[in-house]
Amino acid sequence: MTPAQTTAATLLQTRPEGLYCPMGDFYIDPTRPVQRALITHGHADHARAGHGAVMATAQTLDIMAIRYGADFTQSRQPAAGPQQIGDVAVSFHPAGHILGSAQIAISHKSIGTAVVTGDYSRSPNPACAPFEPVPCDILVTEATFALPVFRHPDPGDEIARLLASVAAFPDRAHLIGTYALGKAQRLIMLLRAAGWDAPIYIHGALQKLCDYHVTQGIPLGDLRAATITRGQKRDFAGQIVLAPPSAFAATWAQRFPDPVICFASGWMQVRARARQRGVELPLVISDHVDWPDLTRTITELNPAETWVTHGREDAIIRWCALQGRTARPLRLLGYEEEET
Amino acid sequence: MRAFADLLERLAFTPQRNGKIAHLTQFFAATPDPERGLALAALTGDLGLKAVTPSLLRGLVAQKVDADLFAISYDFVGDLAETIALIWPPATSHTPTTLPDLVAELQQSPKSALPGLIAMRLDAMLPNERYAYLKLATGGLRVGLSARLARMAVAEFGALQVEEVEEIWHGLTPPYTDLFAWATGGPKPTSAAHAPFRPVMLSTATDLAALQSLPAADYTAEWKWDGIRVQATNDHGTRKLYSRTGEDISNAFPDLLAALNFDGTIDGELLVKRGDHIAPFGDLQKRLGRRTVSRKMLDSHPAHLRAYDLLVWQGADLRALPHTDRRSALDAAIATINHPQIDLSPLLPFQTWDDLATLRSAPPSDVIEGVMIKRRDSPYLAGRMKGPWFKWKRDPMVIDAVLLYAQRGHGKRSGFYSDFTFGVWDNGALVPVGKAYFGFTDAELKSLDRFVRNNTTETFGPVRALKPLQVVEVAFEGLNRSPRHKSGVAMRFPRISRIRDDKLAGDADQLQTLRDMLPD
Repeated sequence: MTPAQTTAATLLQTRPEGLYCPMGDFYIDPTRPVQRALITHGHADHARAGHGAVMATAQTLDIMAIRYGADFTQSRQPAAGPQQIGDVAVSFHPAGHILGSAQIAISHKSIGTAVVTGDYSRSPNPACAPFEPVPCDILVTEATFALPVFRHPDPGDEIARLLASVAAFPDRAHLIGTYALGKAQRLIMLLRAAGWDAPIYIHGALQKLCDYHVTQGIPLGDLRAATITRGQKRDFAGQIVLAPPSAFAATWAQRFPDPVICFASGWMQVRARARQRGVELPLVISDHVDWPDLTRTITELNPAETWVTHGREDAIIRWCALQGRTARPLRLLGYEEEET
Repeated sequence: MRAFADLLERLAFTPQRNGKIAHLTQFFAATPDPERGLALAALTGDLGLKAVTPSLLRGLVAQKVDADLFAISYDFVGDLAETIALIWPPATSHTPTTLPDLVAELQQSPKSALPGLIAMRLDAMLPNERYAYLKLATGGLRVGLSARLARMAVAEFGALQVEEVEEIWHGLTPPYTDLFAWATGGPKPTSAAHAPFRPVMLSTATDLAALQSLPAADYTAEWKWDGIRVQATNDHGTRKLYSRTGEDISNAFPDLLAALNFDGTIDGELLVKRGDHIAPFGDLQKRLGRRTVSRKMLDSHPAHLRAYDLLVWQGADLRALPHTDRRSALDAAIATINHPQIDLSPLLPFQTWDDLATLRSAPPSDVIEGVMIKRRDSPYLAGRMKGPWFKWKRDPMVIDAVLLYAQRGHGKRSGFYSDFTFGVWDNGALVPVGKAYFGFTDAELKSLDRFVRNNTTETFGPVRALKPLQVVEVAFEGLNRSPRHKSGVAMRFPRISRIRDDKLAGDADQLQTLRDMLPD
């Protein structure tokens, strides 16, 4: 290990539970129950139930309570302004990923500042606050889409393709697979921005999280349950229906005759991925940084070291080497790529 | 180019035939000539561009992207053109291009200028345009669009009969301006080609009960051979062999082409024949789909034409004549041709349908799949109409098999597990022997779907492995040896004919039972 890494390691270490700060005795997004967890955002692979104390943004705490019940932790600690935990100062900064998502900055006056990005995005998202660049010595970044082939297109263009397909196939329902938290609400906002004022039908699994967004001042327009009443026939022709991808495998999907299966995800950039899922209309809409935004972030923040938490680290480590930057993979396990 | 790139993308993700046709007709309606015709030719592989090689493309991208970064990306994406399309530095300014311009410059560019040309175009394109352009240039569109499907889409677009489109197809060349003019209300193009394809007359299925209401004396019967239906033609020296949908398969059968020493058009069955022995369909299959055929293959799998009908003879179109008159003319023609690779399909002697049933039950060859029945006064008409020609197929082979895997269907069946892999016993274990996704009713589909959901042991993406409990009767039209399948056999047209809830998995058939059904 280089001396720099040795120093940095006193700020953050990897342990089987996840990323650990020994000087503050807490974990960030741990994958196993711990005494004290700091949580970047509410997606299930980052925010798990059962920790002794959880510090997160107020919205992330709300979301965890919605998903896991009010008793998901013994102590909720809303992040508000910089706070001292043990020997380090901790602050939360918007990550632009989903509602409530944050980066976590950890500072020690002699060692410096580490920023853990969590999942983040720099493309405009009306459903959450935009990413805030935080100067740092160690950037601990995600790398979900860290390959130079990932350049996310303008989401407005993807919505235009969807609406063109709806117009071309007025007899079929368009059934969009989307993650229930974040992606679903972003899709709805994008559809509204594109002028789709008609009701949007949603699977039951999306209801509570959509309701919560509305209470947070994010207008979603006319949402209706994609249910069928007994004895009443309806085929959702010409309608847009949102559901978690798992619903496509359930009998739930059988109510739609001849639907156009769509899927909204950054993975849809790659054809083999779309085909694997049996998707007829792939929509490349992502809540993560793509390759240009990831490399731009590293260049702008210009950290002494870049650590890569989860995703495809090979390419970004190679890129850092080409740029003469110090970088290393953390190979944290337990963060799924499936639902992003 | 944008519209073509979008079309290509939609086609690639649309497995259903009707969905593909819908995308194509919408594209034809929205796209002017000559772009729509060139797109059609590109999709069916008839554009005839000199192929740009993968190594040329690798060389181009090496100048733009670090080799390691490219290798990591290619490894993830898995397709060269797609990786390059995505990784290529984004366009600083997007220049709209048209398919006709791009095709023309690819055709006209000298080989040495190709790398520079392609790089320049890639620089000014959007990613999905780059993908379409690279697939176009490398000649590998592979969207599962057969020429047959393309013709159906043109017919649908212009509200034309597909047989009429097939008839003139071989006289047409890209960009098919006259074809699209016809499809939009203009005159039907006259076929300029020598030895044109003529739409084939097809039969409908029947059985003994349905036949009993018809006067047997009004019909002839002959064996239905298990080869492929072809049209062999020699038009003033231009020789062609067409499949029944109008595909030109001449290149794969030079031996038969050499035997077409006549001037006319014969409808018949293409078979492999060694001496007096007609070989099973599997042998013929080895010769299909080839661009060239080796000397060795010509010797070991000689092609043969068994003649059913005569459409044109020495300039005279016989199609309007009654079947019996054409048949007399055919007898005389085959005698005149007098070639060992061309013979007559003999008529079967019968007085009553029961006589014919007796013949059908004991055919003289394994390669006979039933009988063909034709009304004596029938003219030769294009397409499949109810009567005057019937096929009375032999009863299908059946086995009892156990469902092993299930996959969700598409379109109307999305949400339902409708594609099944089934197996039979071999040394105490179940080995997969085939796949079936039809044969059952909607009600049976629902019950199979329920079975799948309640008896899944593992899931692999869209595929579920099942507890080996559900026995089904699988019907199929024939069996071939297949080194590609673990079981060593491949079924033709397998379908689930009955759900055998009365049987236990242990009652399903043995693989040896299947092997015993293989033709000699």
